[in-house]
Amino acid sequence: MTTETPSEALLQVRDLTVTFATPRGPLDAVRSLDLDLEPGGALGIVGESGSGKSMTSLAIMGLQPRAARRTGSVRLRGQELVGMSEAELRRVRGDRVAMVFQDPLSSLNPYYTVGLQIEEAYRAHRPGVTRREAHKVAIAALERVHIRDAAVRVNHYPHQFSGGMRQRVMIAMALSTEPELLIADEPTTALDVTVQAQILDLLQEIRHETGTGLVLITHDLAVVSEITDHIVVMKDGVCVERGAVEQIFTSPQHPYTQALLDAVPRIDDEIGELRAVAPSATPTNGGPA
Amino acid sequence: MPRFLLTRISSGLVVLLLVCLFTYLVFFALSPDPAVQICGKNCTPELIDQIRANLGLDQPFWTQFFLFVVGIFAGRTYGDGASTVDCAAPCLGYSFQSSQAVWDMIVQRLPVSATVAVGAAVLWLLAGLVGGLLSAVKEGTFLDRFTTGLTLTSMSIPNYVLALVLQYVLVVQLQWLPFPQAVAFADDPVQWFLNFVMPWIVLAVGYAAAYTRLTRANVLDVLRENYVRTAYAKGLPQSLIWRRHALRPALTPVVTIFGMDFAGLLGGALITETVFGINGVGKMAADSIARNDQPVIMGVTLLAGFLVVVGNIVVDVVYTAIDPRVRVNA
Repeated sequence: MTTETPSEALLQVRDLTVTFATPRGPLDAVRSLDLDLEPGGALGIVGESGSGKSMTSLAIMGLQPRAARRTGSVRLRGQELVGMSEAELRRVRGDRVAMVFQDPLSSLNPYYTVGLQIEEAYRAHRPGVTRREAHKVAIAALERVHIRDAAVRVNHYPHQFSGGMRQRVMIAMALSTEPELLIADEPTTALDVTVQAQILDLLQEIRHETGTGLVLITHDLAVVSEITDHIVVMKDGVCVERGAVEQIFTSPQHPYTQALLDAVPRIDDEIGELRAVAPSATPTNGGPA
Repeated sequence: MPRFLLTRISSGLVVLLLVCLFTYLVFFALSPDPAVQICGKNCTPELIDQIRANLGLDQPFWTQFFLFVVGIFAGRTYGDGASTVDCAAPCLGYSFQSSQAVWDMIVQRLPVSATVAVGAAVLWLLAGLVGGLLSAVKEGTFLDRFTTGLTLTSMSIPNYVLALVLQYVLVVQLQWLPFPQAVAFADDPVQWFLNFVMPWIVLAVGYAAAYTRLTRANVLDVLRENYVRTAYAKGLPQSLIWRRHALRPALTPVVTIFGMDFAGLLGGALITETVFGINGVGKMAADSIARNDQPVIMGVTLLAGFLVVVGNIVVDVVYTAIDPRVRVNA
């Protein structure tokens, strides 16, 4: 079907569409989206709330809601993920593609220690590994994300960690299986500014050390500019602009991208009105507001 | 943990004391003079005065109440001079009707009520949990809607109606169950067991319906939690996600409700016991209300209050075992 050599790209998304059936007809949360990521690369997906960026990240792993229909093509090192059986997808999830979510408190199960939650992620993909071995992996994973006293902390529950530490736990969990691709969906949004910077530094460090590919989803342009090399700007489920970070920041082509950039507060700003992204900046497909 | 328990127990005692006071107040203010009731037909004013003095009813309210509370812990002696009656602790007084010690009456009937409660609880837990889980797994299917309809119907049938219908159908028409006979467990275990089948079902039906709804709602809620999404994103097997990540959080609230319901039932299932003529605490309460047997009503009320308070404390302790967030670091 495709003439490109599939092994080149880590992630190749073509014509990805996620459709919900609504009483007023089908609604595309994501429409005809293309994404490309080389091994070890970092791609930022930027957009406002409801632009379909989170749905994109879920759809890559086949985790879109049951009510939604996913079409198009998602290739991981040339292997097609769309149309895979649930059992095959399960082997990809968490092992080859891992995810870090926005709110680390609600994304960790409050009933179990962080250690157990890392161990189960590891053991799900390493049959035959004993609990003791997995426990060591969990401690190493926590050390990897710079959690002090990892051997003690591994037996603590999520509520015993601070917000930033919880996100480190989530990252440790995602990395325990050494995935080829890490999808981080607004990983810093629930955190305060100083902690955000630490988490971003950590993601950057991990990228460089492990060569894991990264898809970073955020509404915060400052965050993408720091970490990623390519950006896809989404609005109402469609990609309105794509390109290298410098290019997007210096010469944005689409009015929506310009509006997004203008909305970033700068230190040399005069105190004036807050800038909003104009709702009519781009033709929409009637996607979710 | 011990400190936490101590606080819970002492606050429980305060609640019980208030229950005691309130009940005592109600009967003190509302009930007709018990001395007249006890006295019977051939009564003289002197005799009535005599009875009142013996029972301590001539004392002011607070003295009576104080003596009652003290009696529970230390026992008390009724009457004075030649005719005294010793009532050992825990003394809840004597029935105006049968002159039996209320404590003894309760102790005698409590095992019967407990049998009714335990059997019903097993039934409704099984039915409620299985029904709720199936309904949640098959959300929106025919099975789910059927279960929902069934629970609504079950909840709207009054106990006594169901009891009469069951008796008619199971005993009279189909003859699946023998006619209930008063037997001791040791004499005829089969008959004994069959006697309880109908009360168990009747009592369990309403609870089972409520537990089905509760379980279904909880499971569906938990399945929408972010941590369940995380579990899927980690590629965990479906069965593990259900068992570990959905079930335990979903069933925690059920534990709370169950503790309260079960404790309440131990104190007697008033309607069911009365309909089936089961000589438990509930029937005793119903009978004594009809006869205005104040000490018995007081005793049963206190027992029910005590069981609910204890049930609550047990639930709290169990909770700390289930939910790590509730664990007290002490």
